[in-house]
Amino acid sequence: MSAAITARGLARRFGPVVAVAGIDLDVPRAQIYGFLGPNGSGKSTTIRMLCGLLVPTRGTVSVLGHPVPRDAEVVRRKLGYMTQRFSLWDDLTVAENLDFMARVYGLDRGLRCERVAARIAGYALGAAAGQRAGTLSGGERQRLALAAATLHEPELLLLDEPTSAVDPQSRRDFWESLFALVARGTTILVSTHYMDEAERCHRLAILDRGRISAEGTPRELARDIDAVVIEIEAEDLLAARRALAALPEVRSVAQLGHRLHVLLSRDAAEPGRRVAAALAGHCPDARIERVGATLEDVFVAATRLKDGPATERVA
Amino acid sequence: MSWLERLAAIAIKETRQLARDRITVGLIVGIPTIQLLLFGYAINYDVRDVSTVVLDQARTSLSRRLVGDLGATQVLGGIRQAGSEAGLRRAMQRGEANVGIVIPADLERRIAEGRRPALQILVDGSQPALENVAQGLGAMPLLRRAGELPAPKPVEILVAYNPERRTAVQIVPALCGVILTMTMVVFTASAIVRERERGNLELLITTPVTRGQLMAGKLLPYVAIGLIQTTLILLLGWWLFDVPVAGSLVDLYLGALLFIAASLSLGLFISTLAQTQFQAMQMAIVTMLPSILMSGFMFPFEGMPAIAQAIAQVLPLTHFNEIIRGIVLRGARLTDMQPELAKLAVFLVVMLALSVARFRKRLD
Repeated sequence: MSAAITARGLARRFGPVVAVAGIDLDVPRAQIYGFLGPNGSGKSTTIRMLCGLLVPTRGTVSVLGHPVPRDAEVVRRKLGYMTQRFSLWDDLTVAENLDFMARVYGLDRGLRCERVAARIAGYALGAAAGQRAGTLSGGERQRLALAAATLHEPELLLLDEPTSAVDPQSRRDFWESLFALVARGTTILVSTHYMDEAERCHRLAILDRGRISAEGTPRELARDIDAVVIEIEAEDLLAARRALAALPEVRSVAQLGHRLHVLLSRDAAEPGRRVAAALAGHCPDARIERVGATLEDVFVAATRLKDGPATERVA
Repeated sequence: MSWLERLAAIAIKETRQLARDRITVGLIVGIPTIQLLLFGYAINYDVRDVSTVVLDQARTSLSRRLVGDLGATQVLGGIRQAGSEAGLRRAMQRGEANVGIVIPADLERRIAEGRRPALQILVDGSQPALENVAQGLGAMPLLRRAGELPAPKPVEILVAYNPERRTAVQIVPALCGVILTMTMVVFTASAIVRERERGNLELLITTPVTRGQLMAGKLLPYVAIGLIQTTLILLLGWWLFDVPVAGSLVDLYLGALLFIAASLSLGLFISTLAQTQFQAMQMAIVTMLPSILMSGFMFPFEGMPAIAQAIAQVLPLTHFNEIIRGIVLRGARLTDMQPELAKLAVFLVVMLALSVARFRKRLD
């Protein structure tokens, strides 16, 4: 079976601003594919091009086998879209919002009643069914938006930062719902800037300044990271930090409690020894240990290592 | 069938939201009621009791009779005497008098000669309506009464369709169009722009709903509201100001329907230009003021310069004023109004075409 989404050389500019600078994408079916990237990296613009809301400046897109934007209307029947902002109607109740969306998707009467009831039950919205959407909590709104986006059982769900205003428990529940949908064959593309969410995706693309700077499964990404990660334990971490700043191969330093988490360029020869030498004069008690990369390291390496000077980050 | 169902879904949703917006519901009934009461009672083209100052330099029995005659018209009231020309000017400058009448010392001789004007009437030009008063006074057959010269009226004017010349009779039908212009354009423009501002539109346009369904579904509830407002204005006009409908009600509602559709299409077009409700409001006002001032509601259409008349031809209100005055006051039939109907229809089609061309199911 072909990929759910294929894009080649996809680019979009807004006047002088390049939002997406040419990306290739292959999203396999029945998986959760994540877009991880800082704000302004082009996640929303890409998603909007995929559902035909924005016309690409360059490049081709095929969604569920149909070229977009040419066949956007065909694709829209098979697609569910959850906008970054809650965009159902605050002055309609939960049940009215769902009923309206079911009508818009052209479900006939019997199916409509059945689906609306099923979504209200399935997404724990029963208690709030008669409540206006404007009065719902963040978690309830997310569930309602997902319920609305899945009324017509779409083959593909596009979720643009769906959990940005939701507490951790609601986020967990939300991801459980996503895996349930995937189990039924739905393909999900989700954008996020949360590492724990990115960790849950089957595959990930890390976006930076409109480009995909790394792509693969979370495990592959951590394994193939283009950097060396070491951790330093010392009495005077401030002094250690100053000493590390003098090393050109240090790309990023983050403090994690009593430790410093350091990313170094891979091309540096014997990074451990170099760091030890640099620290020797300043913190004689320093313990240096090479550790495995986390997804956050991958993210930092992919979004900052490629170009630009070393910047400190606060974890 | 499912095409209509989607359209209905949007119309039902829109109506439901509207019904929950108590302030808007209040405005739907409140705007026509308040405007009709306000303008129905306040606007009066019959000018009465204009404060007057008289400088009588003749001080003869004829001059005193002339002043008495002017007072008897009821147009001038509170007539005061000034001692000198300076006193008269000061009284007008202070705004104590809006009209000044100077009777020259040689009044009798001027009348006898008939070459020079017998009276001088000074009018406060800063008050627009008063100039007509002066014109009327100038044409008064004062001298016939004075018995000096026979001055028969050469032409007799009969006011047809509003014999008592009541202002309300002219105001109520015209107000119907003005109120519909005010509400219809703003309501539709803001209803669509609001969804854009709140992000609802981004969701809606990624569904299979078509542009036509979206636009028609959003406009339909406002067509109903326009008809409700028309009914309200006509009922209040009939009840409070005794303005009957001379023509057929069916004709009237058909004409109103076309005008409502034209106004809604203008609101729709504005909504495709505006990004925020504030912008939509500003644009609506830009179209509203010329409609009110240039459509013949405030000033006679014939008196405007050619360029203004040309602009007025574009405004739907100009043509609707003709239609509704014709039907309500003159008892005209809709078939008598074909040019106006055609112009309204052209406006509607052009606006709809522009809106459809501009409204894309996209964000760019």
